[in-house]
Amino acid sequence: MSSIAIPRPRTYERPVVLDWLTTVDHKKLGILYLYTTMFFFFVGGTLALVVRTQLAVADNSFVGHDLYNQIFTMHASAMLFLFIIPVWAGFGNYIVPLQIGAADMAFPRINALSFWLVPPAGLLMFSGFLFGGAADAGWTAYSPLAQRSGTGMDLWIIAVILLGISSTIGAANFLVTMFRMRAPGMTMFRMPIFCWTVLVTAVLQLLATPVLAAALSMLYIDRNFGGAFFDPNGGGNAVLWQNVFWFYSHPAVYIMILPGMGIVSEVLPVFSRKPLFGYKAFVFATMGIGGLGFGVWAHHMFTTGAVLKPWFGFMTFMIGVPTGVKIFNWLGTLWRGSITFETPMLFALGFLSMFLIGGINGTFSAAVPVDFALHDTYFVVAHIHYVLFGGSVFAVFAGFYYWFPKIWGRRLNERLGQLHFTLMFIGFNLAFFPMHLLGLEGMPRRIATYSDSFNWQTLNFISTIGAFMIAVSTLPFLVNVVMAFSRPKDQPNDPWEANTLEWWTTSPPPVHNFDDVPEVHSERPLFDYRHGSAASH
Amino acid sequence: MAAHTGTQHRQELSNGMLGFILFLASEVMFFGGLFAAYFIARADSPTWPPALPADKLAAGVELKVEFALPFIATCLLVLSSVTIQFGVWAIQKGDRSALIRWLFISIVLGAVFLTMQMYDYSQLPFRADDTVYGTTFFTLTGFHGAHVAGGIIFMTVIMVRSMAGQFSASRHEAVEACSFYWHFVDIVWIALFTTLYIVK
Repeated sequence: MSSIAIPRPRTYERPVVLDWLTTVDHKKLGILYLYTTMFFFFVGGTLALVVRTQLAVADNSFVGHDLYNQIFTMHASAMLFLFIIPVWAGFGNYIVPLQIGAADMAFPRINALSFWLVPPAGLLMFSGFLFGGAADAGWTAYSPLAQRSGTGMDLWIIAVILLGISSTIGAANFLVTMFRMRAPGMTMFRMPIFCWTVLVTAVLQLLATPVLAAALSMLYIDRNFGGAFFDPNGGGNAVLWQNVFWFYSHPAVYIMILPGMGIVSEVLPVFSRKPLFGYKAFVFATMGIGGLGFGVWAHHMFTTGAVLKPWFGFMTFMIGVPTGVKIFNWLGTLWRGSITFETPMLFALGFLSMFLIGGINGTFSAAVPVDFALHDTYFVVAHIHYVLFGGSVFAVFAGFYYWFPKIWGRRLNERLGQLHFTLMFIGFNLAFFPMHLLGLEGMPRRIATYSDSFNWQTLNFISTIGAFMIAVSTLPFLVNVVMAFSRPKDQPNDPWEANTLEWWTTSPPPVHNFDDVPEVHSERPLFDYRHGSAASH
Repeated sequence: MAAHTGTQHRQELSNGMLGFILFLASEVMFFGGLFAAYFIARADSPTWPPALPADKLAAGVELKVEFALPFIATCLLVLSSVTIQFGVWAIQKGDRSALIRWLFISIVLGAVFLTMQMYDYSQLPFRADDTVYGTTFFTLTGFHGAHVAGGIIFMTVIMVRSMAGQFSASRHEAVEACSFYWHFVDIVWIALFTTLYIVK
């Protein structure tokens, strides 16, 4: 088994702060992404605790109703635009070039621009609190509600456009990197599965995000220049906003979940000591989800009566097919594997079970008559949290525990990891399962309080306990990270006996990533190397 | 890196051009969103242009556009697409001074287009807040105009770089990227002109 040597570029010594502020190294930018997005995760989480405190008991007045509107809007905006979407850019930045055996991304300086758009956009979005109130029309910013909000809404629009530019140029960068910079022997169908999910995500971002920029521009023109896009008095149409917004925002929910599926598909094989079951089926299922994702946006709009309901209902059910294929990929991988339960595996299994529930309760709402009953109730809030928290956030933590030894050269403590998972898993279900029942009882989403006579208090109180349990569960995680940083960097290249090229180089990798790369004969080059020969397939 | 991008994957299209084409794809989607909004607004309206409220009628607002001046502007913009292509062909043969000449002509044509558009704006009997007709007209043509301005800056940068002695028969990627962008701006305008001025 030979390997291919790579010439080593020159390195330059620079002051540490200047180096981090001006770096174009994909690994450092990836770490900056991870720090920034985790910061916004904690900010968004704090806002969620305010929401849950307000809803804990009936007729509560913990926060005023106007402030409540701002808080739930900013909770969702921070979690979606400043945490979930850019956190995948963080993992993608760090991991994708390593997994394909490249020295960096295709366009390192554009990569730095993608990152440096995120913190100012976050500050801009939150600065609304200083200028008469932040955006308060929900993260969906429906017209005419969004027309009546204050300055915070304009700041929100500009911030989301900036984040859109960040993810659009980032997407082009990821695509060129994966199309052009793979190691010798790595065909597209030998690319690690995480790369494939980032690739499909990048296609969605490249094609859907500009439509959101167009929609937000129209909203800005309506609000500031007397435009009539969404104003029926001037011949416009309020439902037009929903069409252009969801044309982006439905593909966006796949942007938020696909790389998480990729992480889980890296973790499950490693800790089951088996190859991913049905690699190609998984790739085609990912493409299928991406493709179908452009044809289902109007299932958010059934109750407007202005969309072709049978078509969009049918297409939405169709999404269940490739998603089901993936569930079988994962179950087939686990089947008769030598499973061990390290923390990354716990979070991956948490993903599998919780995402399954989120997928099934989403399919309920694909049925038009059911959706008419459930639309805008807490059932929908339960659904989105089962896919985006039970799915995406669990995958984020699976990725953190899995790649922590690679990124920081240190291993996280297993016991604290198990405590983190256990508390988060229980807290998550306590917080969000009752929302299904509240939704079925008719509790609308986004209300600031409710009357005692509805008998919603018990379930809401349980949900609030769960939310605080999630908050507590992050403490062992933080303690774990702080303790790890006080230990020496002692991790070997490949502590998990994993399959992909990022584990070939040192932990953490040198600036130039690789001194050499092994020949790639399959999607598991390190497995082939350990076992002394190329895989037979 | 050089070891396996330079030798293994030797391709016609460079990484930079591939990235630029992907960027143009996102631009197509941006204008796609604006066009979609226009067609939905037009389809939903019982008449097109929509009926004006009485106070706007009294104020002399009319929802109509002149054909002649924009048509001349359109011809000039299409012509500028041809001239920049001559520039690309010139540098492919290594003729840098011809590239500079063709770029200069293209920049002037683009600037004349923008000036005519601004004059046309000043003469129109309606504004962006006069029904969805005015809003879509100024949004679509305005975003296109901004792209024309961006293209003029792009071409100016390329021209200055050519005058500094850059680009040759073998290295002229930025010139081609610039011409792709300018053709894209031209094609969007042809679609806009057809939609806003011709289709009744």
